[in-house]
Amino acid sequence: MTTLTATEPDINEIHAARLNHLQALEAESITILREAVAEFARPVMLYSIGKDSSVMLRLAQKAFYPGKIPFPLLHVDTSYKFPEMITFRDEYTREIGAKLLVHRNEEAIAAGASPYKLGTQNCCGLLKTRSLLDALEEGGFDAAFGGARRDEEKSRAKERVYSFRDAAGQWDPKNQRPELWSLYNSRLRKGESIRVFPLSNWTELDVWLYLYAEKIPIVPLYFAKTRPIVMRGGAMTLVHEGMQLFPGEKVEQIKVRMRSLGCLPCTGAMRSEADTLPKIIEELITFRRSERENRAIDHDEEGSMEVKKREGYF
Amino acid sequence: MSTSVTTATEESGVTRTFEAFLEAHLEQEMLRFTTAGSVDDGKSTLIGRLLHDTKSVYEDQLAAVQKSRVNRAANGHVDFSLLTDGLKAEREQGITIDVAYRYFSTARRKFIIADTPGHEQYTRNMATGASTADVAIILIDAKAFAKAGGLLPQSRRHTYIASLLGIPHVVAAVNKMDIVDYSEASFTAIRREFEALCAQLGLEGVEMIPVSALEGDNVVTPSARMPWYSGPTLLEYLETVPLARAETAGPMRFPVQLVLRPDANFRGFAGQVARGTLRAGDRVMALPSRRESTVRRIVTYDGDLAAASYPQSVTVELADEIDLSRGEMLVEANSDAAALPDVSNRFRAMVVWMHEEPLVVGRTYIAKHTTRTVRATVRKIDYRVDVNSLEHGPSDAIAMNEIAEVEFETNLPLFFDSYKACRWTGSLILIDALSNATVGAAMIVAPIADTSTGETRRPALVLLPGRADLAERVQDALGSCGERAVVIDDALIPDSAVTAVVRALDLAGVIAISSRKLTAEALAAIESFAPRAVRVEDGTDDEAILNSLTEQR
Ligand SMILES: Nc1nc2c(ncn2[C@@H]2O[C@H](COP(=O)(O)OP(=O)(O)OP(=O)(O)O)[C@@H](O)[C@H]2O)c(=O)[nH]1
Ligand SMILES: [Mg+2]
Repeated sequence: MTTLTATEPDINEIHAARLNHLQALEAESITILREAVAEFARPVMLYSIGKDSSVMLRLAQKAFYPGKIPFPLLHVDTSYKFPEMITFRDEYTREIGAKLLVHRNEEAIAAGASPYKLGTQNCCGLLKTRSLLDALEEGGFDAAFGGARRDEEKSRAKERVYSFRDAAGQWDPKNQRPELWSLYNSRLRKGESIRVFPLSNWTELDVWLYLYAEKIPIVPLYFAKTRPIVMRGGAMTLVHEGMQLFPGEKVEQIKVRMRSLGCLPCTGAMRSEADTLPKIIEELITFRRSERENRAIDHDEEGSMEVKKREGYF
Repeated sequence: MSTSVTTATEESGVTRTFEAFLEAHLEQEMLRFTTAGSVDDGKSTLIGRLLHDTKSVYEDQLAAVQKSRVNRAANGHVDFSLLTDGLKAEREQGITIDVAYRYFSTARRKFIIADTPGHEQYTRNMATGASTADVAIILIDAKAFAKAGGLLPQSRRHTYIASLLGIPHVVAAVNKMDIVDYSEASFTAIRREFEALCAQLGLEGVEMIPVSALEGDNVVTPSARMPWYSGPTLLEYLETVPLARAETAGPMRFPVQLVLRPDANFRGFAGQVARGTLRAGDRVMALPSRRESTVRRIVTYDGDLAAASYPQSVTVELADEIDLSRGEMLVEANSDAAALPDVSNRFRAMVVWMHEEPLVVGRTYIAKHTTRTVRATVRKIDYRVDVNSLEHGPSDAIAMNEIAEVEFETNLPLFFDSYKACRWTGSLILIDALSNATVGAAMIVAPIADTSTGETRRPALVLLPGRADLAERVQDALGSCGERAVVIDDALIPDSAVTAVVRALDLAGVIAISSRKLTAEALAAIESFAPRAVRVEDGTDDEAILNSLTEQR
């Protein structure tokens, strides 16, 4: 039985009882996940197979334990994903008993959409953004969880935890709903939706520390290994089956890892010796370059991520 | 979650220093801070400088800033504000429009920064960034102070909002000291006026630091150009300010977010501890039912816990099957009345209004408080605060960015504490029922004793005997003034079920409309749970009926 004590609280005890920053972030993320499940009619989780998705998935397991994750996972497959990603996706989601939906813009894929033919902007527009908006509409989803973090990019740094999208799926960065305390506004009219970002306040380092502390499995491409590489557009591109080499391109064997996982043609590898999580973390803290640097899509032009996000990109 | 680092040793070749790093990082605590102040005081520049001097900016990001076509910094300096002003419109207009969240950590702490806009038009975004802060850095532009002969209105407004939001620590950074020749006299003049403002607002322990965001003085590195100042740099202050939050102690509050029922054997109440500590074996009481039970288990994915404290997210299993759902609350049983939250549907609160369309008396808004969503009607505006003089004046509408004390009445009772006593159970947001915009933020001051005798409450049932033709129009009229109302003349609802249907709708905050002719017994049954809440309209003037129903709404 608890009764109120009239004595002053002991400051040292309070201090000792404080959560460390990962526990505090975890508690916040779980609250966000539960709140969205309580208030939205049909939530879905965007599952990109990357490290952030892996963290988000573990947080979802925690939020609804001992129950199962009460919403499906949606993977938007551009057909350019690394084969290791697809294998990992299918095995891991089966293992944890999650429901997986895969959506592809088959029409554009059949028409041969590629970054070489269309440029990265248009390719992403068709295979990611369009495909995602179609998938959300077909599924009738009113909320979609995404693993984006605010430390990734300067327009993401501006986004709310609950990011409102109009009926066309678009973000209006100049007119976002105020978001105070942890009181999230989930009210929508027909056709509108909300992107929910439970990892908003996590940094790249937090994600790696958490993967390590929680022993969460990730796609092997994150670990350094000697792999076949060609230099293309200034980036190290992984050579894969069926890839056409341009004249003058030469395949080299280099020890590399991927810092973030996107599509094969547009995600550059980086030289690294880090083949374990602690080594990756060690490498990260001595690093002076941001993780999205190796992705072609972000620097098409200044503010290109903001443009993509306005149009409905995650 | 487990934070053991013993597994670090299983990787051979990883150095001891790294283990120490990992251990330190896993145990780091988190501090959230926000910037505030008038437009162009240098908030974004200061944050950029802080990030740069703590080596938290990636090379490619810095290179992009150096390359940028825009540069508003003087003397060939890098324009650090571009590190946080991430929207195109912000770079074009040279102002911050919405909060930017940035992150960095030092050996001591992990920091979450909310860099907020100073422009009055975007006060709502300042409030967004400040609502979760442990520390507010109020910037004061030394040059602008000298020019205006005092603090700018926006500096006062933001300091006032910081005090209203109960941000535990406030520090003033007196910026642009480079323009005033690093003079002590300029700093002292500002200090006098700012300290007077803090005294007026009841802000205690306010530290003041002279800085130059542009040149970097006293941000991370102590300044050699201001020998007269011997206090901490801004970073030292942020690394050492004590972090005890009031919510860690005090009577326990556990708002229920979700009921988890994975199978027939388990029924758990998921939520985040909003204050105090919940222990397995504790006697607890559910609100509003006031039924008691014992905490059987505190369940998490990582195993059962003996206790959970603010702000942990857990799932509680009780020993008894008691009625409890989302929007309700667990508190300690057997505690004296003073330790219980107020349970009331009338309270007064300080409101920061955030929408172009003003708050007006009589309007009903949707209010979200903890995990509970209700309808809240503005009964009275007690006073509006003049942010310059801090004086109270009368008003019957509150315009955007204004602050006022307002009396609300909700359709269902809330379980709350004053905002001063507990941020989580004392705060609510107001949402417009038609546009769904978040229009206001409210901080509860105190409950209002129920003096509602004779006053009208929202009807539970509007009865229009024999007037099926009028029912739809009444429904539309009530809808247009923000009420939810529904006609219950459906043939599948027998007269015998009407009492139950009205009860269910009333609990959900919906007005029932019917053209049935009900028996006196049925009306008495409804009156028993909703006194004075049945309106019988049997007049012949339809317009008069519609007007009388909508005029108090
Ligand atoms: N000389 C001098 N100029 C400064 C200093 N700090 C900022 N500035 C300049 O002041 C102007 C405004 O700086 P910002 O950082 O954008 O101001 P802000 O407070 O973030 O403005 P809003 O976010 O729009 O309210 C820019 O031209 C800066 O270069 C300083 O310490 N000294
Ligand atoms: Mg700014």
